[in-house]
Amino acid sequence: MLVIDGVSRRFDTKTAVANVSLRVERGQFVGIIGRSGAGKSTLLRMINRLVEPTSGQIMFDGIEVTKLRGSDLRAWRARSAMIFQQFNLVPRLDVLTNILLGRIGRHGTLPSLFMRFTDAERAMAVEALDRLDLMAAAFQRAETLSGGQQQRVAIARALMQEPSIVLADEPIASLDPRNAEHVMSSLKAINGENGITILCSLHTLEAARRYCDRIVGMANGKVVFEGTPADLTQAAVHEIYQGEEREGDVSDDVAAPAGWLAPRPEVASAPA
Amino acid sequence: MLVTSPGHSTKAHQRAIFDRQCAELRQRRRLHTAFGLLLFVALCIGSAVIGKFSPIALIEGAPKLGEYVQRTLPALHWSSLGADLAYWFYGLRKWLDLLLETVLMAYLATLLGSLGALLVCFYGSRNLALNGWSYHLARRASEFFRTIPDLVFALIFVFAFGLGPLAGILAIALHSLGANGKLFAEANENIDMKPVEGLRALGSGWVQTMRFGVMPQVMPNYASYVLWRFEINVRTAAVMGFVGAGGIGMELITAVRSLYYEDISAILILIVVTVGLIDIGCERLRHALIGRETLE
Repeated sequence: MLVIDGVSRRFDTKTAVANVSLRVERGQFVGIIGRSGAGKSTLLRMINRLVEPTSGQIMFDGIEVTKLRGSDLRAWRARSAMIFQQFNLVPRLDVLTNILLGRIGRHGTLPSLFMRFTDAERAMAVEALDRLDLMAAAFQRAETLSGGQQQRVAIARALMQEPSIVLADEPIASLDPRNAEHVMSSLKAINGENGITILCSLHTLEAARRYCDRIVGMANGKVVFEGTPADLTQAAVHEIYQGEEREGDVSDDVAAPAGWLAPRPEVASAPA
Repeated sequence: MLVTSPGHSTKAHQRAIFDRQCAELRQRRRLHTAFGLLLFVALCIGSAVIGKFSPIALIEGAPKLGEYVQRTLPALHWSSLGADLAYWFYGLRKWLDLLLETVLMAYLATLLGSLGALLVCFYGSRNLALNGWSYHLARRASEFFRTIPDLVFALIFVFAFGLGPLAGILAIALHSLGANGKLFAEANENIDMKPVEGLRALGSGWVQTMRFGVMPQVMPNYASYVLWRFEINVRTAAVMGFVGAGGIGMELITAVRSLYYEDISAILILIVVTVGLIDIGCERLRHALIGRETLE
C-alpha cells in the first residue's frame, strides 16, 4: 500500500504540490486528472524521488520512501517503474537493449557496463516483447519507432523491472487515439493480470473514466476530488478544471535545472 | 496581453510605440557596430606595432626565404635522376622508421588522452556533474592540460624519463586529454536529457546512466573528435624530437642545426606527405561516420 502523507513541493516561490495526502491500495488503477500545471507530474516524480519533496512523508509497504538514500533509493526506483509522456527511451539503442535496461537497477555497475544480462533476463525480455507486440521491431533503434510503439517499449521495459507499482506520467498525451487505446489497455492488462498497482496521470476525462478504478482530481497542487468514476459529477469536473485563475504554469519555473539529479520540468500536456 | 478594445486611437498609439522602439533598437545596433569596428581596427594596429609586423621587413626578408628553400634543394639532373634522388634520400630507410615511430607515438597518445578525456568529461558537463566541486575540478584540470604547450610537457618528461618517445607520448596524451575533455564535455551538454531521466527512474547509478543514457547519444561526436585529434597529434609528434622526445623531429632539428640543407628538404617532404596522407584518411573516416549518422 502506498501512503502519501502531507507531501508538498515548492519551486522557488511557486507551490507545485501543496500538502497532498493519498492512500493507494495494492492492485488499484488510480487516475490523476487535472489541468496542466496542477502538480500531477511533480506528485508522481516525488514517489520515485526524481523530485525531492519539500516536506511530508511517503510510505510504501512499510518502507519510508522519503528517507531512502544511495543504493536503497536505487532499489526503490527499480521497484517503482515510471512511464513518461515522451517515453524517455535511449533513442540510439535497439528495442531489445532498451527493454533489457529495465534490469539495470539490479546489476552491479561493472558487469552492467558491458551489457551482461542473464539468460533468464533475455527470456523475460523476449516474453515482454511478445506481450506488447514488438517482436518485429526488436532490433530496430528505438528512435525509428512511432510514438505508440515507443510507449509500448517503455511499458515492456517497465515490466522487466517486475515493479510493485507503475507510475505513468501522461502516458498517452503524445499519442493518437488508436495508439493511446493500445497503450492504456496494455497498462490495464498489466494491472489486471499481474496485480501491479498503477498510478497514472491523464489529461482526458474519457480515458480516466474508462480505465481507472479510482480517480484523484488535482487543482493548484491540491487534491480536490477523490472517488470512483461514477462519483465524478459535472460539479466535481468543474472544480478540477475550472479552478481559480493562475498566472502561468509551474512548469515555467522549473525549466532550467542544473545537475543530473535535478528534476525535469513537468511537461505541459495538450489542452484537455 | 491582448487589447480588448481595438479602437482606432489605441492602434495608432501602439503603432507609435512600435515605431519608437524600432528606431531605438536600430540606433543601439548602429552604436554597437561602430564600437566593434573601432575596437577591431585598434587591435590590428596595436598588435602589428607590438609584434613588429612591418611590411618593409616582410619585403626585405622575402627573397631570403626563397634563397633558403633553394639552398635545401639538391641539384637534380635528368641524366642521373635515379642516382641523384638516391643521394638526396640516402637516409630513407632510417627516416621511414622514424616516421613510423612518429605516427605510432601520435596513435598511442591519442588513445591514452582520449581515454582520460572519457573519464573526465562526464564530471565536466554542467548537466551531468555530480556536484559543483567535481565539475570545477574536471573543467580546470582539462583547461590546465590543454593550455600548457605540449613541448613544455615534453621537456619536463624528458627530464624525468629520459630521451625518447615515452616523453613525447605522455606530453601529447596530456594535451589531448585537456582538449578532448573539453570537447567531449561540451558534446555531453548538448544531449537530450530524457533518456537520462528514464535511466534514473530505472534505479541506475551515475556511472550506468553515463554509459547507457549519455554515451549512445555522443559516441559519433567522440569518434569524430578523436580522429581529428589524431591528425593534430601526428603533426605535434613530428616536432617532439626538437626537445628529444622521440620521433622524426630529432633528425630534422639536427639537420637544421648542422646545416645539412638537403637533409632538411628530404625530411620535410617525407613529413608533409605522411601528415597529408593521414589527414586525408582521417577526414574520409570522419565523413563516413558523420554521413552514416545523418543518413540513418
